[in-house]
Amino acid sequence: MSDRKKDHVTGTETTGHSWDGIEELNTPLPRWWLWTLYLTIIWGIGYTIAYPAWPMVSGATSGVLGWSTRANVATDITAHEAKNADLVTALLAADMDTLPADADLNRYAKARGGAVFRAHCSQCHGSGAAGAKGYPNLLDDDWLWGGQMADIEYTVRHGIRNEQDADARYSQMPAFGEMLSKGEVAAVVEHVVSLSNTEYDANLAGTGAEVFANNCAACHGETGTGNRDMGAPDLSDAIWLYGGDKASLTDTVVNARFGVMPAWGARLTEADVRAVAAYVHALGGGE
Amino acid sequence: MAFIDKHAILEKSPTLLLVASLLVVTVGGIVEIAPLFWLENTIEEVEGVRPYSPLELTGRDIYVREGCYNCHSQMIRPMRDEVERYGHYSLAAESMYDHPFQWGSKRTGPDLARVGGRYSDAWHVDHLVDPQSVVPESIMPKYAFLMQTPIESTHTQALMETHRFVGVPYTDEQIDAARADFRAQADPDGDFDGLLERYPGAAVANFDSQPGVTEMDALIAYLQVLGTMVDFSTFTPDASR
Repeated sequence: MSDRKKDHVTGTETTGHSWDGIEELNTPLPRWWLWTLYLTIIWGIGYTIAYPAWPMVSGATSGVLGWSTRANVATDITAHEAKNADLVTALLAADMDTLPADADLNRYAKARGGAVFRAHCSQCHGSGAAGAKGYPNLLDDDWLWGGQMADIEYTVRHGIRNEQDADARYSQMPAFGEMLSKGEVAAVVEHVVSLSNTEYDANLAGTGAEVFANNCAACHGETGTGNRDMGAPDLSDAIWLYGGDKASLTDTVVNARFGVMPAWGARLTEADVRAVAAYVHALGGGE
Repeated sequence: MAFIDKHAILEKSPTLLLVASLLVVTVGGIVEIAPLFWLENTIEEVEGVRPYSPLELTGRDIYVREGCYNCHSQMIRPMRDEVERYGHYSLAAESMYDHPFQWGSKRTGPDLARVGGRYSDAWHVDHLVDPQSVVPESIMPKYAFLMQTPIESTHTQALMETHRFVGVPYTDEQIDAARADFRAQADPDGDFDGLLERYPGAAVANFDSQPGVTEMDALIAYLQVLGTMVDFSTFTPDASR
């Protein structure tokens, strides 16, 4: 192969390979291409010195620039919090009940709370906060556990009927299917229908009133207006969490309901909890 | 003849070329892969990570069977937007008992690495039966049939033994109790103390509110444990990583 020959037609060196008398040209790579290749090799070596790369005995080299993904994300989050540091400090120090009076702070809290709501709450309560069957509408003024700022904040922080937080709001409706006869269930359902002044059978509802007084009034109140201390819904306002038709009501009476809300105190930051409470309070029904 | 010109020897012998190529690739493989087995900080030690309970492991198989990984990742990357939306970034240790891991590479739906405890069991049932009933803008398909598919623990022990074979530290006790644990986790009225001793933090509930164990129970048991094993209030990240 040391006998380099030149191709007479092109003037280019040949590789010396020859098949059936046809010889292969050895066209050199363009110089700019070769230099780019050499530069990328040098760059690659430099890169492994600057950044974490080579595996050693107990760990990889950490790189002279001290780059760390974990440190970066922490720095990034801190930097963004710092941009609003004054507002965050004020939000953390604010008396939640008077927060709506502080226009600037309230605007920040609602904007931040809206972002928190859309990321963490909208899956159940809906992206517009109108809820779904079994997941309360947060736009109206019908509150299960109270609609004051402090109530909402507590609910967000500790949740409802969950096992993650010992301070979660808790109550349990008994499944009356085991305690009442079918007739009694039908009667009490009729009575509940009558509370919101829709069409009902007065006779049956009359029987139901007695069943109601004996079994339901302790939590839902004698007139069925509910009790927020126990999260017992108001049955007279024609707003239904699980449906107000007789079939749904019968299902509710027979099997009971047990709506669970996770506790967000451990998942969200303190500022996020306060912000989302302010956001929900401002949706329309805050008291 | 310069050394560089000796490549003609390789070029003229296919067998030799094959052997030499294999050697080159082997060196690359050893340099890139082998250190992961002896570097102490490949998987940092984190308290709390345990093997999946029998029901969770079965649910995990359903997750894989239904191809959930095609749309859902289980890998929160260390970036501000992901950490603020999904929670603490994922640690290698959190998927060390996953065979195969479910990190995924595409997010049509959200990341599920920390979905455990984020929603109630009832929400998961509603959402799997008809996703649009709770999230109208969702494009996820319905998985209502999981409710109608009862599931037995016939193969659970074999499944756990297979996982032990590839390195998951299931004890003999855990494998012996597999079938009992399988049922216990879906029966909050039964005796589940042994289950919780063997699998701390396992969610015990009749997830789908139906008698018996269905695929729905198993899948929700699995979803509810995702990302909940490590207590991040006591976790200090190693800054050198």
